[in-house]
Amino acid sequence: MTNNPREGIAGADESAENSHSTQQTTWREYFSFSTDHKVIGVQYMVTTFIFFLIGGLLAMIIRGELITPKLDVVDRPLYNGLFTLHGTIMIFLWIIPFNVGLANYLVPLMIGARDMAFPRLNAIAFWMIPPGGLLLLSSFLLKSGTAQAGWWSYPPVSLQSPHNQGEVIWILSLVIIGISSIMGGVNFITTIFWMRAPGMTFFRMPIFVWSILSSQLLQLFCLPALTGGLILLLLDITAGTNFFKPSEGGNPILYQHLFWFYSHPAVYVMVLPIFGVFSEILPAFSRNPLFGYRSVALATIALAVISTVVWAHHMFASVTPGWMRILFMFTSMLVAVPTGIKEFAWTATVWRGRLHLLTPMLFALGGAVMFLFAGITGVMLASTPFDLHVNNTYFVVGHFHYVVYNTITMGIFAAIYFWFPKITGRMYVEGWGKIHFWLTFIGANLTFFPMHPLGLHGMLRRVSSYDPEYQWWNVIASLGSFLLGMSTLPFIANIVGSWLRGPKAENNPWHATGLEWQTSSPPPKENFEEIPVVTEPPYHYNDFGETEQPEAAGQE
Amino acid sequence: MESSTHKDESPIPLEALRRLLPNWLKRFLPSGGGRAHDEHGKSMFGFTVFLLSESVVFVSFFVTYITLRLTTPHWLPPGVKGPDLSTAVMINSVVLVSSSFVIQAAEGALKNRNLNRFRLLWLATSAMGIFFLVGEVREWLGLDFGLSTGLVGGTFYVLTGFHGLHVFTGILLQMIMLVRSFIPGNYDQGDFGVSAATLFWHFVDVIWVILFSLVYLWRA
Repeated sequence: MTNNPREGIAGADESAENSHSTQQTTWREYFSFSTDHKVIGVQYMVTTFIFFLIGGLLAMIIRGELITPKLDVVDRPLYNGLFTLHGTIMIFLWIIPFNVGLANYLVPLMIGARDMAFPRLNAIAFWMIPPGGLLLLSSFLLKSGTAQAGWWSYPPVSLQSPHNQGEVIWILSLVIIGISSIMGGVNFITTIFWMRAPGMTFFRMPIFVWSILSSQLLQLFCLPALTGGLILLLLDITAGTNFFKPSEGGNPILYQHLFWFYSHPAVYVMVLPIFGVFSEILPAFSRNPLFGYRSVALATIALAVISTVVWAHHMFASVTPGWMRILFMFTSMLVAVPTGIKEFAWTATVWRGRLHLLTPMLFALGGAVMFLFAGITGVMLASTPFDLHVNNTYFVVGHFHYVVYNTITMGIFAAIYFWFPKITGRMYVEGWGKIHFWLTFIGANLTFFPMHPLGLHGMLRRVSSYDPEYQWWNVIASLGSFLLGMSTLPFIANIVGSWLRGPKAENNPWHATGLEWQTSSPPPKENFEEIPVVTEPPYHYNDFGETEQPEAAGQE
Repeated sequence: MESSTHKDESPIPLEALRRLLPNWLKRFLPSGGGRAHDEHGKSMFGFTVFLLSESVVFVSFFVTYITLRLTTPHWLPPGVKGPDLSTAVMINSVVLVSSSFVIQAAEGALKNRNLNRFRLLWLATSAMGIFFLVGEVREWLGLDFGLSTGLVGGTFYVLTGFHGLHVFTGILLQMIMLVRSFIPGNYDQGDFGVSAATLFWHFVDVIWVILFSLVYLWRA
């Protein structure tokens, strides 16, 4: 009995499978104004995945244009619109809301709550995402085209495009999505502070919950600065004010400060939950407790804090005074300390572990390793002299795609595979999962690695035609991107097929720790038969017996 | 194995700190969990978090105003006097700030379940808010600059307008709470709405004090 991992959880009923509240969620509920956090979580994840496919399609058109040095697929205004909307969709309609969806599903389960703190607010926040996204996409139908000023929308460029209708729609849609994010932030912070089960102290929370706490604090206290900046930009376009118009004495650099005061921390809003995902998956598949749990938890908070004082490193080339450059160079390099703590903790967790290289683990390992690469180019870019050299080149594009795709999107796939049995009550097909991983891993590196040499050689970003000397690397990147596009097909087939008719999953197929695995798969309406009482910290993998190992379906 | 440890194993002596803090701040301290049943506390916590977030929008406008004002060589275009600290503005500010005390008294009356006194003071707060808004619009109409007059116009109307929008929202909230106070048994589930509307009104007042200092007291 001593090595029973469930012992730490008093009151968790193991025979919960056929109780009164375990009714299956019908498909209709996913299209309704449901206030169940699990339904809302799935709504978020499926909706944002559709936006991911749209954003990916735009990226493939961009890469199609870049196969040849000449302008031959789309015209320049459309090309500008494509990269503007590609960035906007991937950040504001894919990664950030997907993380919110995942957290919506998991946080109440992980802290032993029956739902989020404000279920109705939660549903309203979700239902603002589809209109906001459709509004943004609708600007493709405008005669004057979409917003064309890039996802930053720097003035004066954003004030100069003809008619500006696309720009206005872009701003309005971002404000709608922003309000939804603030509602989500209020809900998560309150949930984590107030809804934890008895005995679930802060230092007993899984790292994923810590990461949501940190990232949602950033949303709450940085996002409003962007909203403020966008309101001023909108007034400049529509109401004749002069905040950012240099010709009228306005200050366009001020917009850059307001924009990056949110949009740098936004990177951490995107990546911290994925660090949380890695911290859940790596211990489960190496059967070791997470190394240095407390350090990792505190490093998460430290990352959130440091990320609010580094924003001007995006502006080293924007007449930023010398003292500011040095200050922000220093703070930016400081980021490497807590991220180093995390990478070290993951390595030490996997070290001498009993590895089970199933799909979630492959994606988590792949993501964590490629984050190392992204982190190294990040430290390079933090150094002002180097940054000035590669400013506005493909080196920067390569760097942040290693973060947003090779780390974050890989982490998202890891999370989907890891919690798929919990969410749907069924197992996915392991073989197709591995094929998906290898296609993604190879495709992502083929696409984004060539951007680094291209940038070092001086190829500028956001151009649709370029010097023929850059063509070789561009062809590789484009072919890689088509492979990357194809790699989602086995994923979609696997997930849809398994959801409909996959083999039934056990309640805890990975023999993982965490309250979400102690309830049934899928969890009943209010998550737990009886609210558990928590008595020990997470990741007690030493408590499991020899035979309790993660197993994929069909491998028994 | 029944557990006894519900305390947070935090390295900071939280218990000692907890006793020193005012009630509203205590909400933000971590706990050992198990307080999901406290609906009023939970809702007020969420609302406070929202207000803190909302205040960052104002901060971004204040920073914009201060930066532009400090870096623009000719803040006032020729012939423009800029915002004027007139008697009307003074009276307006005094009315708005004192309404904070009135609404606090109203909340206190409700705590004592003195419903009629609550409604009277509550209505007085709304009246003071409306007085402020009317005064603000009258001030706007009498000014010698518009939204697109240099940077002084844009910043002035955005700051006062965005704040006025919040005053308006506050009055709407008060109206809803007033109507609800006539529903029998409205306060059986607690009085979160009244507490939230009160806190919101204090928030609007604090913003006004900062705005007033920056816009009217800071002379060119």
